Amino acid sequence: MSVAQEPAAGPAALQRRGRFRPGDAILYVVTCAAALTGVVLLGLITHEVLTQAWPAMQKFGLGFLTTQAWGDKGNTLFGAKSFIFGTVVTSFGALLLATPISLAIALFLSELAPRWIRSVVAPLVELLAAIPSVVLGLWGILVLGPFITGTLGPAIHGTLSWVPIFSTKPTVGSNMFAAILILTIMIIPIVSSICRELFVSVPAELKDGALALGATRWEVVRGVVFPYARAGIAAALILGLGRALGEAIAVTQVIGNRVAINKSLFDPGDTLASRIAGQYQGADTALQVASLVYLAVILLVFSLIANLAAQLIVRRVAGRHQV
Amino acid sequence: MSANAPTADLFRSERMRRRRIVNRLVEGAATVAALLAVALLVIVVSSVVRQGWSAINVDFFTKTPAIYTGFGPRPASGISSAIIGTLIIIGIALVMALPVGVLTAIYLNELAPRKLASVLTLAFDVLNGIPAIVLGIFVFIFVVVGHGQAAWKASFALAILMVPMIARSTQEVLALVPASMREASLALGAAKWRTTLSVVLPQAVGGIVTGATLATARAAGETAPLLFTSALYSDSVSYDPRQPIASIPMFIFTSAEQADPVLHQQAWGAAAVLIGIILIASLIARWFADRSVRRLKGER
Repeated sequence: MSVAQEPAAGPAALQRRGRFRPGDAILYVVTCAAALTGVVLLGLITHEVLTQAWPAMQKFGLGFLTTQAWGDKGNTLFGAKSFIFGTVVTSFGALLLATPISLAIALFLSELAPRWIRSVVAPLVELLAAIPSVVLGLWGILVLGPFITGTLGPAIHGTLSWVPIFSTKPTVGSNMFAAILILTIMIIPIVSSICRELFVSVPAELKDGALALGATRWEVVRGVVFPYARAGIAAALILGLGRALGEAIAVTQVIGNRVAINKSLFDPGDTLASRIAGQYQGADTALQVASLVYLAVILLVFSLIANLAAQLIVRRVAGRHQV
Repeated sequence: MSANAPTADLFRSERMRRRRIVNRLVEGAATVAALLAVALLVIVVSSVVRQGWSAINVDFFTKTPAIYTGFGPRPASGISSAIIGTLIIIGIALVMALPVGVLTAIYLNELAPRKLASVLTLAFDVLNGIPAIVLGIFVFIFVVVGHGQAAWKASFALAILMVPMIARSTQEVLALVPASMREASLALGAAKWRTTLSVVLPQAVGGIVTGATLATARAAGETAPLLFTSALYSDSVSYDPRQPIASIPMFIFTSAEQADPVLHQQAWGAAAVLIGIILIASLIARWFADRSVRRLKGER
């Protein structure tokens, strides 16, 4: 059938032609298969790590979470307690430091800075996120570590030694404090760039209204911008937390890799992700590999919870804005 | 009349003064925080460049890492094997991730029912949040255990990392393509697949290039997925993706752990090269993004 004849074919023929087009079917199937990779990979990852961790899960059960050991008793006893402790301390510590700084950066870029400063500073802050973690770790070992043992640590310990978390003198550059600082640097760009977008999206009439009522700029931020962006800020913080939980390389380079629970941040420790990374050459026995994967399972659960929470908040907010 | 005039001066009252001071303090703190972030970037990048500069010369790019036995003069040493290895690993990862990412975005944006698209997008968002080290462990137990490490396995781990990023950025530009263009094409009798491939997709090429470049830059710096899949500190150049290959991140990681100051110097040099590659890639990506968004918005 040539193109010129088509109009004469009548509505019935046109309708028939509209029914099935092989090209459409192929495109649909191929793209749909690609789009399913996300779900498939999630399932596969979960299945594989659970299967491989199973020997350790069977042997140690949930007691794994409350045992502080790695390769004790002739390489037969493993536990995650100290790593969970280290993960929680370093990532929440980093979040605590990064939250006020990130919010302040976002406020500066969205409310205060003149346009030209904004267009210079915003990309620079995002570049901070582009620095590979292994480079930050290198900097952490060779620059930040000595700075902590030489200058920063003694100063903090000298004035705040009555606070338990600063109760010991930093003797080696590798400690939890260094890990917290490195993680802080890593999550500042993430949280601040999300928050900046949130703050920019606050409707101008709301802000103008508050300003017209005589509010100062800070009062506008506190009374209008923060409440409006509250859920989004929470999601940004959770995403930052998720990033800090899962960072392996930079942390393993600076934290000291010690199976220990110390209350002082100037002592070495270890996190889940860092322990996994540190074992890349030395997983000898099947039980050790299984225990290593068990750590990955715990990490996966942490990060799935954090990400699902953040995405659900984002979706709820997005839904609200559409209405 | 004057009896009714307000007696309190609204602009000089104690309360107003306090509000203004608080406002000033917060504004000052926000400015300091922004300066702090820029200062951090400058401090990190400047120490990499300062320390790395002395390691970088022609030999650094053309020679392989020399194994120093401790006797005699040190042989000239470089990271050519790591640079080539990173290019190979990243290249294969891009070949794996790009089609999947783009096709995914087409499905989610052009074809899928809304509910399904939202579920699938959630899956990719969650996948995007899985720590890189877990992806490394996954690939390790999936294809490495019992078979040995290989460069393509590292690429596979990196590709899992890249797909969600490429899909996301492609979706964003696809959404910018005006609906009128699709309608015009369909109204002319073109099939859906024809419309998608030759009308919608060409409009989105700039955004796809941007997303792919950014994802590649991000993956180039990742170390965690390489640890269990292609952890090699090699003194010879290898091109075979079926074997483990050296890479820049692994070179930095292993050199930094050594006590040898010369190796530290080399690690700084490698870090400078890596940051240089990533910066250039980001600049290219930004340029493409600006251009394609401007074009799409201009046509609207």
